Amino acid sequence: MTRLLQVVTDFLGSAGRANLFFLQVLAAVPYALARPRLIAQQVYAVGVLSMVIIVVSGSFIGMVLGLQGYNVLVGFGAEESLGLFVAKVTVRELGPVVTALLFAGRAGSALAAEIGLMRATDQLSGMEMMAVDPVRRVVAPRFIAGFLSMPLLAAIFSVMAIGVAGGHLIGVEVLGVDAGAYWSQIQAKVDLKDIWNGVVKAVVFGTVISWIAVYQGYHAAPTSVGVSDATKNTVVLASLATLALDFVLTAFMFEGR
Amino acid sequence: MNPGPPSDTLVRVRGLHFRFGPRVIFDGADFDIRRGQVTAVMGPSGIGKTTLLRLIGGEFKPLAGTIEVDGIDVAQLNRRQLFELRKRMGLMFQFGALLTDLNVFDNVAFPLREHSGLPESMIADIVLMKLDAVGLRGARDLFPEECSGGMQRRIAFARAIALDPMLVMYDEPFTGQDPLSLGVLARLVRKLNDALGLSSIIVSHDVGETLDISDYVYLLSGGKVVAQGTPDEIRASQDAGVRQFLEGQADGPVPFHARATDYGKDLLGEAA
Repeated sequence: MTRLLQVVTDFLGSAGRANLFFLQVLAAVPYALARPRLIAQQVYAVGVLSMVIIVVSGSFIGMVLGLQGYNVLVGFGAEESLGLFVAKVTVRELGPVVTALLFAGRAGSALAAEIGLMRATDQLSGMEMMAVDPVRRVVAPRFIAGFLSMPLLAAIFSVMAIGVAGGHLIGVEVLGVDAGAYWSQIQAKVDLKDIWNGVVKAVVFGTVISWIAVYQGYHAAPTSVGVSDATKNTVVLASLATLALDFVLTAFMFEGR
Repeated sequence: MNPGPPSDTLVRVRGLHFRFGPRVIFDGADFDIRRGQVTAVMGPSGIGKTTLLRLIGGEFKPLAGTIEVDGIDVAQLNRRQLFELRKRMGLMFQFGALLTDLNVFDNVAFPLREHSGLPESMIADIVLMKLDAVGLRGARDLFPEECSGGMQRRIAFARAIALDPMLVMYDEPFTGQDPLSLGVLARLVRKLNDALGLSSIIVSHDVGETLDISDYVYLLSGGKVVAQGTPDEIRASQDAGVRQFLEGQADGPVPFHARATDYGKDLLGEAA
């Protein structure tokens, strides 16, 4: 019983610290925005360098959707709706969610490890002693970069999955679905609300993953195990948070549709 | 934040009490760091030497007692005031704490770019002067991982003096250095202190080099200053604790064994 109480107290304490840290980061955002070069460097590290994994994953997932969707739809003679199927699934769900999971693994873990290692090697303390606030100089630019990169990566994922190499390649080029039907169904039935909801999801996931990553890194114990824990916790917590938030957001966005 | 009239003493520590959890680090210690001097704070590992530097830098707050730097009570400052004071201090961390994603030049330029507001051409000149002072102007394009431990500490020297501080604090600058590098570092501390008109606090347990370059020495034990004086006075001291530290005796006032239960009972499994 005492142990359970301890676990609950620790969790609440940790959640409180994470929330306070989030406010601290938000307060530091204006200072970081005044130095766009720092943000650009981080967008490159967090976003541009994540593009390969996003492009490849988007293509393969689109191809799988094309195959699976075709096999189901062809039984109803509805294979011309393949484009609609791939587009709805990707824009509403798989685009933001799979991108977020990959983003947590590729960029989130890297952010946590980088900041955690800076903590372990006294680089953050060194900045403090040089009268430089590490939350403004190190954390805020990385948080902003994650916030900006996630929706862009999700958009690239969706474009790859639906059009360039995914569902279109398998459905139209390989299995012979009519290209006009593929695209016109998407044009007719995928509305702005679908796209907007996908963007909102990507922004929320990007914010939460970046927050978890910078918090875990900044508060890592200054040891090798501490950095390893921060990296692991970032991937686990960010993935779970993505999936749980996806359910909550979906429930609100697509209620009764 | 109203400094009093300038005095001979740059850092004044009175009745310092500090602890980490149950572990008492300082139990009423007094120090005076005089302007223009190299002051050494010595003692065995884990005695609180690094903690003292972090208390002076305002990273930790004392439980009781006061720490005044240039007449300013550090514990009373808010974060903005503390950062203003820190711009006038340089701290060289034990392992340099260089920013690993920046090269040598950018590491030394870092505090200047953050605080000085100077044009880049002027910053470049200052950085080259600081790097030349530590003999590493030729290493400006290297990254920290391409430099030896001794070079990294010299780069950290250069960075610590980039803003021309009034006080430079060195945390174990000689640990793990070969004799050549150790000699170079020791001479640099002395040379830079005198040439730039700094005041220096050097925290170390390397007896020979530290006594050679210091003007005044404090010896710590049990959370208190147990001996102080000029290096010659310390060398001549007959105090058992001082002799044990200077001569590296395994047992003495500082016991070889950590506090433990009775050895015989422990072996027989009877200890609590």
